[in-house]
Amino acid sequence: MALTTSTPRPPALRRGKRPAAPGELSKKVWATAVMWLLVVVYGFPVLWFLLSSFKPAGELFSYPLTLLPKNPTIEGFTQAWTSFDFAQYFLNTLIVAVAATVLTIVVSAACGYALAKYHSWWVKAFMICVLATTMLPAEVILSPLFLVVRDLGLYNSLSAVVVPAVITATGTFMFRQFFLTVPNDLLEAARIDGSGELSTFIRIMLPLSRPIMLTLAIFSFQWRWNDYIWPLVVLNDPNKFTLQIGVATIVGADNVNWSVLLGASVLSMIPLVAIYLLLQKYVMNADINAGLKD
Amino acid sequence: MVDSIHPPAEAPGIDVRRGPEPMRPRQRGWRLRGRNRYVGAPLVLISINLLLFVTFFVWPAVTGLIYSFTSYTGVGTAPYVGLDNYQRLLQDEAFYAALIRTLIFTACAVPLTVLLSLGTAVLLVTSYTKGKSLARVVFFLPWLISPIIAGVIWRWMFGENFGLVNYLIVSLGGEEVPWQSNANLSLIVVIVAAAWSYTAFNMLLFVAALKNVPTVYYEAASLDGAGSWAKFRNITLPAIAPTTFIVVLLSVLHFMKEYALIRALNEGGPGTANNLLVQYIFKMGFERAQVGYASAASFVLMLILMIVAVVQLRMNRRKES
Repeated sequence: MALTTSTPRPPALRRGKRPAAPGELSKKVWATAVMWLLVVVYGFPVLWFLLSSFKPAGELFSYPLTLLPKNPTIEGFTQAWTSFDFAQYFLNTLIVAVAATVLTIVVSAACGYALAKYHSWWVKAFMICVLATTMLPAEVILSPLFLVVRDLGLYNSLSAVVVPAVITATGTFMFRQFFLTVPNDLLEAARIDGSGELSTFIRIMLPLSRPIMLTLAIFSFQWRWNDYIWPLVVLNDPNKFTLQIGVATIVGADNVNWSVLLGASVLSMIPLVAIYLLLQKYVMNADINAGLKD
Repeated sequence: MVDSIHPPAEAPGIDVRRGPEPMRPRQRGWRLRGRNRYVGAPLVLISINLLLFVTFFVWPAVTGLIYSFTSYTGVGTAPYVGLDNYQRLLQDEAFYAALIRTLIFTACAVPLTVLLSLGTAVLLVTSYTKGKSLARVVFFLPWLISPIIAGVIWRWMFGENFGLVNYLIVSLGGEEVPWQSNANLSLIVVIVAAAWSYTAFNMLLFVAALKNVPTVYYEAASLDGAGSWAKFRNITLPAIAPTTFIVVLLSVLHFMKEYALIRALNEGGPGTANNLLVQYIFKMGFERAQVGYASAASFVLMLILMIVAVVQLRMNRRKES
């Protein structure tokens, strides 16, 4: 007893915390339970979908439904792959997604930087313009935008899907928010050292924004990979269809062939999931203020 | 400002010597125009965006506005019809139905999504939960799934005669729920699916914001004996308010133009009961080739989106001041 009372302060402070421990424990249990409940809610539809895609066509609707397929098969996948021009759809979607992603990053970084670091009235005005594009997305001005693309001679080409998608308010503002957190002192220092404005941007600012670039890369890739209505409108030739259009044609049929649909859907998800698993840490741990907290 | 970065005395001396002499006068010239008067560099930096903005935003917006006063069909001439399109639109019950359905859908899906994304983000950031790495992947998974596939997934779950949900309800002694043939029930399924698929993106924004709340605030609050809820309400929420604003704004804009998800989930059905605005515009513009009329509908939608954005900006500014 005498020993414990004579111990120096820090342990005593720790002791003061100890009575709160049961409360902490129950909080942990509750928080963890809620989180895992949500995990089930979010994960189960996908799990059920995935498992169903391995069921043979006859088993999909035979009661009682079972979670696990009794006779697992990849029939749905092979059928989906052969009955549609799936390889072509894959290739088209890949071209669109990669091209749009590279362009989006370059353009958004440049514009976001300008919006963050220059304060002329016209730069500010353009910021409002960029913001306005969110108000008038492709989905909304569908027909006039389609006519513009047609008049530019882009109709029925993959570039018609890529080019209008390059300007994105989300991407631009991701970079703007990031560059706002970069201290102006850095820019001033570069100016004093005689660095030109553009070379400051390319050599100092762009490398700093690497985390944002990776985040936007996977975002942009996902947007284009999963885009549906715009490719649907500007692509007419089945050889140029993207995956989403391909899958939607199966859904749109009068009698949905669920076996093929499940297979096709799962196949179309694979590349994006793979890329995500590769880039996961860059995206999920993306600290928007990386390295520049004052 | 310029002087203030010099104090660490070693660097500037070297820099001055290193700096190429001819640069100096030019730099002065720039500075005479004022620090914020750079023209060339920002113009170059925004040029591509500016070009794209003019081509794919201003141009279609202006031509769309012009078309909305004509009965243009996409080919041939565009006969001027004045406000006829707008008048027809305001008398079109299908348009009102689509508009109201879209508003209901957005009004339900946005709060649900924001709550879920904030909730999942908090659970992923707090120190109270175990197994975050798996949970993070699962929460993020729906974001990787396209609206079309998400629609297919939920259609598969909520199929009226074949879906797992109805199967479970029937096995538990209930009756088959008409998830597809009842307009309100199918809208509920769409709302749930939309929240499910759009949570991840917002969650990501919230996670970043939550991580950037300085921990000193929490420590100080703990010393003052504040509980978890008090800390969340008085420290976390104000600190992440800018993110919340962005999340709400983006979600509203996103849900107002939802199409692909509902296309795959129930094709706006039963019948046309759940046709949302974009679907209506798409149908008018492309299936019926009424470009003028569809453009008029587009501008009504744009007006709504702008009002939403302006109102939110105002509210945000008032909160900040």
